[in-house]
Amino acid sequence: MDEKKGTLKANYELAGRKYVIGGAAVAIIVCYLIRLFTLQLMSEDFKQSADSNAFLKRIQYPARGAITDRNGKLLVYNQPAYDVMVIMSEQEGIDTLDLCESLGITRDWYERRMVEIKDTTRNKGYSGFTQQLFMSQLSTEEFSRFQEKLFRFPGFYIQKRSIRRYNYPYAAHILGDVGEVGPKDIEADSYYRSGDYIGKLGVERSYEVALRGEKGKEVLLRDARGRIKGRYQNGKFDEAPVPGHNITMSIDINLQALGERLMKGKKGSIVAIEPSTGEVLCMVSSPTYDPRIMVGRQRGKSQKALAADPHKPLLNRAIMGQYPPGSTFKTSQALTFLQEGIITPQTAYPCNHGFHFRGLKVGCHGHGSPLPLVPAIATSCNGYFCWGLYYMFGNRKKYPTVQDAMTTWKDYMVSMGFGYKLGIDLPSESRGMIPNAQYYDKAYRNDWSGLTVISISIGQGEVNLTPLQIANLGATIANRGYYIVPHVVKEVQGLPLDTLYTKPRRTLVDRRHYETVVQGMRQAVVGGTCRVANTSLYEVCGKTGTAQNTHGQDHSVFMGFAPREKPKIAICVYVENGSWGATYGVPIGALMMEQYIMGKLSEASEAKAKSFENKHLYKLGNETGEE
Amino acid sequence: MRQAKNKKKAPTLWSSIDWFTIFIYIVLLALGWMSVCGACYNFDQTDGILSFSTRSGMQIVWIGTSLLLAFLILMTDDRLIESLSYIIYIGFLGLLFITPLLAHDIKGSMSWIKLGSFSVQPAEFAKFGVSLCLAKVMSTYGFDVRNWKDLAICFVLIVVPMALIILQKETGSALVYSALFLMLYREGMPGSLLFTAISAVVYFVVGVRFADAPLLGVEQMSLGHGLVMLLIQMFTAGLLWVYKPEARGLARRIVSYSLAIDAAAVLFARYIYPCNAVWLAVAACAVMTLYLLYLSLRDRSLPYLLMGLFALGSMTFHYSADFMLSKMQSHQQKRIRVLLGLEDDPRGAGYNVIQAKIAIGSGGLEGKGFLNGTQTKLKYVPEQDTDFIFCTVGEEEGFIGCAVVLTLFLALILRLIHLAERQPFTFGRVYGYCVLSIFLFHVFINVGMVLGLTPVIGIPLPFFSYGGSSLWGFTILLFIFLRIDAGRGRLQR
Repeated sequence: MDEKKGTLKANYELAGRKYVIGGAAVAIIVCYLIRLFTLQLMSEDFKQSADSNAFLKRIQYPARGAITDRNGKLLVYNQPAYDVMVIMSEQEGIDTLDLCESLGITRDWYERRMVEIKDTTRNKGYSGFTQQLFMSQLSTEEFSRFQEKLFRFPGFYIQKRSIRRYNYPYAAHILGDVGEVGPKDIEADSYYRSGDYIGKLGVERSYEVALRGEKGKEVLLRDARGRIKGRYQNGKFDEAPVPGHNITMSIDINLQALGERLMKGKKGSIVAIEPSTGEVLCMVSSPTYDPRIMVGRQRGKSQKALAADPHKPLLNRAIMGQYPPGSTFKTSQALTFLQEGIITPQTAYPCNHGFHFRGLKVGCHGHGSPLPLVPAIATSCNGYFCWGLYYMFGNRKKYPTVQDAMTTWKDYMVSMGFGYKLGIDLPSESRGMIPNAQYYDKAYRNDWSGLTVISISIGQGEVNLTPLQIANLGATIANRGYYIVPHVVKEVQGLPLDTLYTKPRRTLVDRRHYETVVQGMRQAVVGGTCRVANTSLYEVCGKTGTAQNTHGQDHSVFMGFAPREKPKIAICVYVENGSWGATYGVPIGALMMEQYIMGKLSEASEAKAKSFENKHLYKLGNETGEE
Repeated sequence: MRQAKNKKKAPTLWSSIDWFTIFIYIVLLALGWMSVCGACYNFDQTDGILSFSTRSGMQIVWIGTSLLLAFLILMTDDRLIESLSYIIYIGFLGLLFITPLLAHDIKGSMSWIKLGSFSVQPAEFAKFGVSLCLAKVMSTYGFDVRNWKDLAICFVLIVVPMALIILQKETGSALVYSALFLMLYREGMPGSLLFTAISAVVYFVVGVRFADAPLLGVEQMSLGHGLVMLLIQMFTAGLLWVYKPEARGLARRIVSYSLAIDAAAVLFARYIYPCNAVWLAVAACAVMTLYLLYLSLRDRSLPYLLMGLFALGSMTFHYSADFMLSKMQSHQQKRIRVLLGLEDDPRGAGYNVIQAKIAIGSGGLEGKGFLNGTQTKLKYVPEQDTDFIFCTVGEEEGFIGCAVVLTLFLALILRLIHLAERQPFTFGRVYGYCVLSIFLFHVFINVGMVLGLTPVIGIPLPFFSYGGSSLWGFTILLFIFLRIDAGRGRLQR
């Protein structure tokens, strides 16, 4: 009985153990709920880890804007190129010999490339399960050859990219090119990532932001082995790329082509501007190169070769070359003297084969003497402008000191667009050189006069202009006193043009004085130095220049515009070492004007163009030297 | 009269079934199926989630057959099941014995037998066989686990299938049987025995897991050793408190002295002179042990002796385990470290645990939504549809979903305790405790491992993990108990 009672009591006590077991279960679940609470609600870290685990944000590249000329001819567009990609873990057991043959590479190159890909110190994102770049930018022909055999090479894939294509072998300097971004570009603009493309030169550079568009993004799902498993929520969070703006150049590609033909074998530049708008019609810099060699895998090599060329084909002489303007500069002097009242159109100065004064001599060619202004421009009399400057800088009634005269003179020059960058929409423009009083004070220790600096009046000495600035002078005269900053882009599709390129800028000289200078320039064509440019089709106005330089033969310069009323084209032709302005400058300028105004060259002109095409002032090829 | 009673009894099979448990079972099955869908679904998948070519489709088949199985069990007479207990047990022993001979190697496991196009894992089914057998043995007249001989019989009944399963290289499944000690505890096995066993496991896990971690940044001290010493002191004091109420002052003193000594030693090493001050904690343990042994001799008291032996045994166990581990070959060491979740994957220690935490942590409050989880679907979590299925719940259903699931499991276990306690016969109660102990162990280990709290032991989460064997196994286990419970009314006859 006792025993049974004991057992019952024990059993009763044992029943209490259900609370221990139930309590343990409750404790476990409560612990786990607390743990879940901290994991899921207290920390964002896991969420971020999960996102970086699973989401691959793949950039989608926008199509770069196309570039057309002013007449809508397509100049630059995009073409697909093909990158060969490889997934290392899948490419077991392929016939490497066959692969090398199909891709046109050597076995050595193949093996080196494979080692490079696997080198995680250089190829940071390497994974054996994802596509790695094996070979970039196959051409369509290379691609089609490889495509046929692709099935034989498991683990190799083709990825489409896009590269620039050029319809014409011209205008390399203006169009520029694109290349991979450098570390500096990435630092300067967070838009870029390593491997992106960016405009390197020309319009591609200056209009980079408009041309490139906006990258899109695609949110992809990536599994634990790095493989892509499709789009996240069917692309709900994707952003489509915004294609770049198309650009219409102000360049007339036919005019540009003729210019490049005419400048073949010569160093120098042709710049043509539409005076009423400031639009650059052509901008030739010679020697030049075919923009098509700056594309794809050969870009690096081409770039190196061009940089090493002693004739500097990469230099855009039209905006980077700084030359003495020679006699073309006299027009600006005439305008300044007229406005300052130093001369009137009737003022005549003597010229006996030049300017002779106090032992100083500036030579001139034979012509009647003394001459008033219009014939002085027509015959390009050195003496006239030397006297003009002499009287201006010596006029102590008007200018207390020579420095004041110099400053006044400089202000006129700057108002005509000299001495500073004009602000063309191309990178690396030079400012040229217009000396000021401080410059001469320093050079001559405050001991100088108009005589000391007399050569600036005829566009020699310290004065340097870019061909663009000379062409702009022509445009300013054509406009009778104002210019619009020259620009090569006529329209960016969907965007307004910068007001810099629409607002006229007046010079300090009155319109009536311009008319006088125009008369002189017309005289030069009718019966002066520019007779070669005369034509019955329209009235040409022009001014030659024969710029002395220390490096040998004079430079041949022509500045002009046509027609005289409602001018359509202002031009500067600058041929290095071309001797007289009339030898190269004038005839080339005349042909260019004819091409632009008439739309084509007459038969006679075509023959003339051909002969200029074959006149070479330096040997083409690698040798230096002038004829 | 008898007939009338029978008539009255006839519909009571349905009315005496515990529908509450069945309701939880069905809800868990549904949630489990959703999780399997989430875990197996590929974002680029073309087949629907119901297609039999997918795991989610196949899981429907397993669920359907499980429900059929449940129905069949409910239709069977519980007395028949009871009478077959021994036969079932012996049959399973035989099956477990021959399994490694018939099995083909699946990821190093020899536990799968191929039947046509299906593979079954006998270890998953053997649980109910062992439970039935224990229940049958323990319900025999005069059987009492407080009796050492009877307890030994239970041990043997549990250990033999465990050993056979370990031979199949399924250590995880074998460890599940240790859950049955919880049932033995309920049936009268001394609590101190269970406590000692749990203590040993805790010492081992803590000791190995933190063996190489520095304590308070002092390189000479091992966090593992320090923690184990502290645990020994606290456990001993706890035992004293429970079993010798008249010596609670001594227990209080042990706690305060040892805490003071340990803290002083550690702080000394940290701020004054870096040395292995853990030895001071060991010395404190030794003094405590000697004092308890002295008290047992002075008072001729068995509890003091046992407690002294507990402390001494704990220290001996800890150091000998440490010594054994260092003497083991490196691949054996690795196995143990893998078992403890210290090493488990070629991609580095704790890869699945880290990925599991990321998956769960990224779920937030409400989760990413059904089939929208990224971590599980993109295979960042290994074993995501079987052992790590809880990650999918965490990622797709968030904290709310996890809380619901855990609460359902808790409700199931508490309900089973209630059902077991209302059994009129030992057989039913023992079997019920077997079932709930097994469920508790599975949930404890599986969810704990996913949350990075318990060692990584590869066992499924009941009703959630993909697979026919485990689902059928759990269904049979549960519904036999429900059938037994439904027959409890016979007492009144």
